Amino acid sequence: MQVTASTQIKEHCYHCGDECTTTPIYAEEKAFCCTGCKSVYELLYANNLCTYYNLEAGEKPGVTVTDEAVDLNKFSYLDEEVVLGQLLSFKDNSLHKVLFQIPGMHCSSCIWLLENLFKLDAGIIQSRVNFLRKEISISYNPARTKLSAIVTLLHKIGYAPTLNLDNLSGKKKKKDYSIFIRLGLTGFCFGNIMLLSFPDYFSLTDEVNRELGSFFGYLNILVSLPVLLYGAPVFFKSALQGLKQKHINLDVPISLGLLSLFLVSLYDIFTANGPGFLDSFTGLVFFMLIGKYVQQRTYDALEFDRDYKSYFPISVTTLEKGVEKIISVKELVPGKRIRIRNQELVPADAILLSGQAFIDYSFVSGESVPVPKVVGEIIYAGGRQTGESIQLEVIKDVSQSYLTQLWNNDIFRKESSYASFGTYAHNVGKYFISVTLLIALGALIYWVPRDHDMAIKAFTSVLVIACPCALSLSTPFTLSNVLRIFGKHKFYLKNGEVAENLAKADTIVFDKTGTLTVSNQTDVTYHGESLTAYQQELVKSVLQHSTHPLSQRVYESLMGAVKPVANFKELAGKGVEGEVNEILVRVGSVSFAGNKYQQANRTNRETSVYVQIGEEQPGYFVFGNHYREGLAALIRELRKTKMLAVLSGDNDAEKSNLQLLFGEDSDLLFNQSPSDKLAYIENLKKEGRRVIMVGDGLNDAGALKMSDAGISVTDTVNGFSPGCDAILDSGSFSRLADFLRFTQNSLRVILFSFGVSFIYNIIGLTLAVMGKFSPVISAILMPISSISVVLAAVIGVRIVAWRMGLTRANKTKYSTINALPV
Amino acid sequence: MTIIYLLIAISLTVAVIFLSSFLWAVKSGQYEDDYTPSVRILFEEEKEEQPHQN
Repeated sequence: MQVTASTQIKEHCYHCGDECTTTPIYAEEKAFCCTGCKSVYELLYANNLCTYYNLEAGEKPGVTVTDEAVDLNKFSYLDEEVVLGQLLSFKDNSLHKVLFQIPGMHCSSCIWLLENLFKLDAGIIQSRVNFLRKEISISYNPARTKLSAIVTLLHKIGYAPTLNLDNLSGKKKKKDYSIFIRLGLTGFCFGNIMLLSFPDYFSLTDEVNRELGSFFGYLNILVSLPVLLYGAPVFFKSALQGLKQKHINLDVPISLGLLSLFLVSLYDIFTANGPGFLDSFTGLVFFMLIGKYVQQRTYDALEFDRDYKSYFPISVTTLEKGVEKIISVKELVPGKRIRIRNQELVPADAILLSGQAFIDYSFVSGESVPVPKVVGEIIYAGGRQTGESIQLEVIKDVSQSYLTQLWNNDIFRKESSYASFGTYAHNVGKYFISVTLLIALGALIYWVPRDHDMAIKAFTSVLVIACPCALSLSTPFTLSNVLRIFGKHKFYLKNGEVAENLAKADTIVFDKTGTLTVSNQTDVTYHGESLTAYQQELVKSVLQHSTHPLSQRVYESLMGAVKPVANFKELAGKGVEGEVNEILVRVGSVSFAGNKYQQANRTNRETSVYVQIGEEQPGYFVFGNHYREGLAALIRELRKTKMLAVLSGDNDAEKSNLQLLFGEDSDLLFNQSPSDKLAYIENLKKEGRRVIMVGDGLNDAGALKMSDAGISVTDTVNGFSPGCDAILDSGSFSRLADFLRFTQNSLRVILFSFGVSFIYNIIGLTLAVMGKFSPVISAILMPISSISVVLAAVIGVRIVAWRMGLTRANKTKYSTINALPV
Repeated sequence: MTIIYLLIAISLTVAVIFLSSFLWAVKSGQYEDDYTPSVRILFEEEKEEQPHQN
């Protein structure tokens, strides 16, 4: 592609820091890349808010503001009583509170500006930012400003809030704080019990007992009760859940170990036999809760469980007897007439009544070229109109539309239960418990004829020491490090379990449009008699005046200077025409400018634009898919070990290209509906395959959910992506094979740390069987084993990442470390 | 040695005060956002009449 304007000196925009690709606009001796950026600067300057630019040295915080004019009426529906009632979190005569998600915020300057909103709008009382969740909570005085004015202001300064149907669904996400409370409480009990056990550690028990009786013992029991009743039940519950489903997970031996620890301690203390293992008991629970906490940490700002509601608008303009009325999308029923303006979304399947529709389905299918529709055609929900406003008649409910009915499938209804099957740790749990019980019984049988007390002691000691605490720690610590390393490369996993699923997958299914191809880029190729440089200039000059997306793509692909155009006309549904140097130039549909090719190209399934210069019709432009960089190498790498498949919602125009890339043995399916994709994955799973689905649009949502690990590819990580297990920035797409290899190596690290923990278990078990196991040994062995296993896991992953060259992050302007701290 | 009863009672009381203040902190939402306050504290309060400096 060619840069149109000459750029002698590379100027960087004062507002957003991007290189100015066109002639920069100057204001106050500062360069701006576009009028959008300039107007934000002027607004901030006028309000004495230029600190915004000085907060981060060397970084320009601004978000490039697209020139699209924000007009106040666009958001006037927000002031409707119905919408207000659903959006506001607090409502009073003099105070309204509202919470918005602002995906655009990315640095400390953003926080500063967003918290100084009151300087831009006197009606705003306070605004508070939660950076990790990219949320802003605004309190304002409804007598002095309106919600629509606030939203318009946010748009103007480049921080557009997300407004969609999901805002209205009423579910407020509440972060779960119980893990903090459990950790704090257990840590408190653990520390105090250790302190109270000091006399035992220094073998002062006899002396102390003489003076104080079993005071310390009883006190320890008292202090450990909160752990038993509040901290440990996490593990008991999950063990019970596993047993109910006739499955032994790792929490079963853990619960057995914890319970025997507690009961043996009670017995020891009440019979004055010894001090008990309460310090070990609370310590174990504490360490394992840390593991749980690490496991739970995830990306606050990213949402992995979105459905179509996160994408659909809140309200829609309806027409009743010619009068426009804004209603909530929820109230939309078949038969209503609606008006959809430029850049608005069609919320339900509808028939086009009037207007020139160009529907952009890029979020649905990833298709980059808007599709023209004529009056009478059905427009499926999810498409975005580009161009003039159109009128439609709704024929289906919002939730029953072609696309949205996908979410009625059962797969979206069931909540996945906590008990995860097939992970290493849980598989080990099964063997662990049988081996433990065998050893315990062996010790019992060996000691019973010799020494009854010893027999009981050895039996209980084995149960106590064999608690696989270290095992339960290694997996979360390893996987959370994997998450963090992937985060540096803009590959965000929902949780650690996803990493395990990725490692074990044997089949990868790709969506085509938007996943293998770049959704906002098309290859324009010219067919026919080649155009001379002069002819190119003519075509280019005419196209310059057209706002149609296809015209603009062709315009960008042509060389030469632009000449003045006379009699320019844009004919809806046909194309554009104009006179340059008194030569008539037409660019448009086959019937408009390509009669010559009408016969030959009848079966042509690609999007084409024809050219007519004077009376001649030299040829036409074809819009082809632009495959992602490094795709061929990636596919070659993946083919070695995995079965691959492609599911496309498009026609099979690209079949031969793809066959070449994927080879003969890969499935290539075309014209797949969203439900077809889901069914295909379901079949693969029935055959016992472990499937990764890589997709991008809403039409892949079912397949992403059905697969073992659904990866959604996106250009803007904080923007929209359908429900999935992992979000992959398109820039890192070509490294997918490396990522998968890294997850496999990480699983080896887990196995290695299992090995480390077994060494401790063998030492402990040997002592236990010999009857030499004591509370002091337990109190020493337990933390050492936990810590060394955690170290083995963390260092192991780091070494693997370093050897694979994954430790260094590829830094960009919106550095991920800034944007998404874990 | 009976003084130990008193000492332990005092030490446990102090510990419980810390524990309850931690629980209060969690419940009052201080763990809601553990990043933004660290940035916010570094912002300078600006005076109204101060001219903008660029």
